[in-house]
Amino acid sequence: MASISLRNVFKRYGTGSKAVAVIHGVNAEIAHGEFIVIVGPSGCGKSTLLRMVAGLEEITGGEIAINDRVVNHIEPSERDIAMVFQNYALYPHMNVFDNMAYGLKIAKVPMDEIKARVDKAARILEIGPFMQRKPRELSGGQRQRVAMGRAIVRQPQVFLFDEPLSNLDAKLRAQTRLEIQKLHRELGITSLFVTHDQVEAMTLAQRMIVMNAGVMEQFGTPEDVYTRPATTFVAGFIGSPPMNLLKNAPDAQSGTITGVRPEHFDITPTGWALTVEAVEMLGAERLVYGRWSHSQSDELVIIRTDESHAVPALGATLHVTPRADRIHHFDAATGRRLPTP
Amino acid sequence: MVERRPLLDMLAHAIMVVGVLIVAFPLYLAFVASTHTARDILQVPMPLLPGSHLWDNYVAALTGHGGGAGSNAPVARMMWVSLVTALVITFGKISISLLSAFALVYFRFPLRGFFFWAIFVTLMLPVEVRISPTYKVVSDLGMLNSYAGLTVPLIASATATFLFRQFFLTVPDELLEAARMDGAGPMRFFKDILLPLSKTSIAALFVIQFIYGWNQYLWPLLATTSESMYPVVVGIKMMVAGGDSGNEWNIVMATAIMAMLPPAIVVVLMQRWFIKGLVDTEK
Amino acid sequence: MSVEKRVYFKSAWLPWLLMAPQVAVIAVFFFWPAAQALVQSLQEQDAFGLNVNWVGLDNFKTLLSDSAYLESFQTTAVFSLLVATLGIGLSLMLAVFADRIVRAALLYRTMLIVPYAVAPAVAGVLWVFMFSPSIGVVSYALSHSLGFEWNHLLNSGHAMALIVTAAVWKQISYNFLFFLAGMQSIPKSLIEAAAMDGARPWRRFWTIQFPLLSPTTFFLLVINMVYAFFDTFAIIDATTHGGPGRDTVILVYKVYQDGFKGGDLGGSAAQSVILMLVVIGLTVFQFRYIEKKVQY
Repeated sequence: MASISLRNVFKRYGTGSKAVAVIHGVNAEIAHGEFIVIVGPSGCGKSTLLRMVAGLEEITGGEIAINDRVVNHIEPSERDIAMVFQNYALYPHMNVFDNMAYGLKIAKVPMDEIKARVDKAARILEIGPFMQRKPRELSGGQRQRVAMGRAIVRQPQVFLFDEPLSNLDAKLRAQTRLEIQKLHRELGITSLFVTHDQVEAMTLAQRMIVMNAGVMEQFGTPEDVYTRPATTFVAGFIGSPPMNLLKNAPDAQSGTITGVRPEHFDITPTGWALTVEAVEMLGAERLVYGRWSHSQSDELVIIRTDESHAVPALGATLHVTPRADRIHHFDAATGRRLPTP
Repeated sequence: MVERRPLLDMLAHAIMVVGVLIVAFPLYLAFVASTHTARDILQVPMPLLPGSHLWDNYVAALTGHGGGAGSNAPVARMMWVSLVTALVITFGKISISLLSAFALVYFRFPLRGFFFWAIFVTLMLPVEVRISPTYKVVSDLGMLNSYAGLTVPLIASATATFLFRQFFLTVPDELLEAARMDGAGPMRFFKDILLPLSKTSIAALFVIQFIYGWNQYLWPLLATTSESMYPVVVGIKMMVAGGDSGNEWNIVMATAIMAMLPPAIVVVLMQRWFIKGLVDTEK
Repeated sequence: MSVEKRVYFKSAWLPWLLMAPQVAVIAVFFFWPAAQALVQSLQEQDAFGLNVNWVGLDNFKTLLSDSAYLESFQTTAVFSLLVATLGIGLSLMLAVFADRIVRAALLYRTMLIVPYAVAPAVAGVLWVFMFSPSIGVVSYALSHSLGFEWNHLLNSGHAMALIVTAAVWKQISYNFLFFLAGMQSIPKSLIEAAAMDGARPWRRFWTIQFPLLSPTTFFLLVINMVYAFFDTFAIIDATTHGGPGRDTVILVYKVYQDGFKGGDLGGSAAQSVILMLVVIGLTVFQFRYIEKKVQY
């Protein structure tokens, strides 16, 4: 268990005038035993950030400290961390046991200790029957568990996960997510988990770092991120379907964007008027797509409703009222959240 | 096969059979010739079925009691020279190439690009192009008529380095990252992970280099003047110096068969890996 | 270098150590002799190396006005062209038909590979044995069934045919292996789609398989050219010795003749330099212009 400090972390590729900055000053303090998810779209720099903590990428500016020890110039194997890779990175010519034991053998851990640790990890992950098999004889989910087993036996202070669920099918992903949560409850090791999937982020994170184009847009609990998004990016990224970011809502003021989540509109006899363009029936819930009746703008508004209301007809006028405590306002120029008056 | 075209299939088989026959005919003829007496062969046309002198001929060739007008060096000695030469070239080339390719792919160091091109250039110009000066260098170093002189200059081309480099580039980066996290240093990674993964390439290169080394002709011709250091492919040419009727063709053919056996055995035995490694690394 | 590894080891001294053996060998046995060949080409030495005169480009001028040398250029061009086209053409045909076969495929393949293992020198000996004007089985068959008198010792056309045949025979295996692998890596779905479009096998071959084989064909073109220029030395030395007269002297053979048999080190070195330039030029040409037509 360890704390992780990211202090003004920068990453640049190249030098001089041709340098490309990919991480612009990330600051975060992570406490002992926290499960932190770094989430964002492709290319936002989340993997780069993780790899800097791992020591696989150089840190161009700022500091990263693990347990108050600055690790900028320390080799990955000496940072007391373990990583689970997206493509598992299992050694193809070694069997499961040797894969898990490799790091320990290099660290000259005695054989019976190695056996004990591997057996324990195998029990937790339920991969005992596979010890003698080679990676190519295992399914994707099994390989992922072996990769996690390899990380566990090192008994590190920090676990790093680089999009480990991306290569699994939907059902397996859900299952493995639960296993990772269970693992964290049992072992309580500080973890950094990178993903592009906001569902994974919301379900696994104790706190999450939302990244966009190398900038940390918000660092907070899932609740914070959902109810008080710091920027329009975060507001639009978390939640499915995404929050409506409206310039032409009836309460619009110039220079601001009104944000209301689809699920926070009530259908009312009077209120904001929409012309219905489409309806998607998803079983228990329905999504209604409409455009403002009061304005010429072609802004699309999404309303989520349920069976308790009749299905609106296409072209009809629908009245909706946002819940008063669920309206957000953002500065149109910077995207930053405006404090509620 | 997409549709059933029995005529085309029969044609295919026919062509394959004809191809194999044409390819195999010289070899078959050589074998037959190696089982007759010299006189039988000189009676035109020579018999097309094997004779009864197989044992005599091969023993005569091996011990150098041919009696022809050309060279009569014992083939046994020449086979030994060929074997040692081929194996030294093979192991020498493979080991230094593995190390060089590893350095070129997995490290960053100044002049790396320069060294890469320097090595690449050697691919284009085989030893035949620089025979005179190479001869002088070898002679100056006192390496003529020695195993060193026969082998070291031939290790100087970078085919193996290039093939290994191509292969190493296909090894996933993540394996290296996982190994670094496991605490493996460069040589440990090389020994525990890279080498086992390279087995197919190494097998393919073993076949290619063994045949390359065994079949060398021009260089050994120049670098050796003593019969006792001739490899067998040079020796066999020396045997046909006597003109058609002066040669003991039965002995010559027996030598030819023996000269072909070791490489053929290597190719046939290691066929599977060889083809896989050769073709996979071509890209 | 176009492809790089994303992660690498950091060490200041280890890569140098790893490269040292290879660098040492190629420095001593490749670059040093190559540099010396360049130097020698600008000199004239007597046979014992005692008198050395700087003659600048004289050796080159002499060569380029020497009809024997220019002839060997022509001989080399004809020879390489024949070897490359026949070698590639025949092996392509064999590979195409081999691709259709499932039964006995391994047997055919094994048998077709064997010439790869045969040394060029031995191949030369085998073929000169078969075609020997006096005792050869094939020359006998030719004269008794077709009335065709074969004599490669007198007829330069026959001599060229002999060395081309021996060279192609040897090279078929190598080309065949690559073509076969190339054919088998073409996705079956493409061929099936073409068949459904109504294309018959002949048309399918020319419009789909042959274009997709172009990287392989290009690669083999380069390899076969180098083979025809250099590896065939042994074949010529074992069969025609460059004869009759000088009619089968290819460039590399002349380098050997003049340098080692004739003692003309300067001229031979100049020939080596020209040969190096020709090969490099051809390789660059192939990469620049022909590779553009290759569809990857």
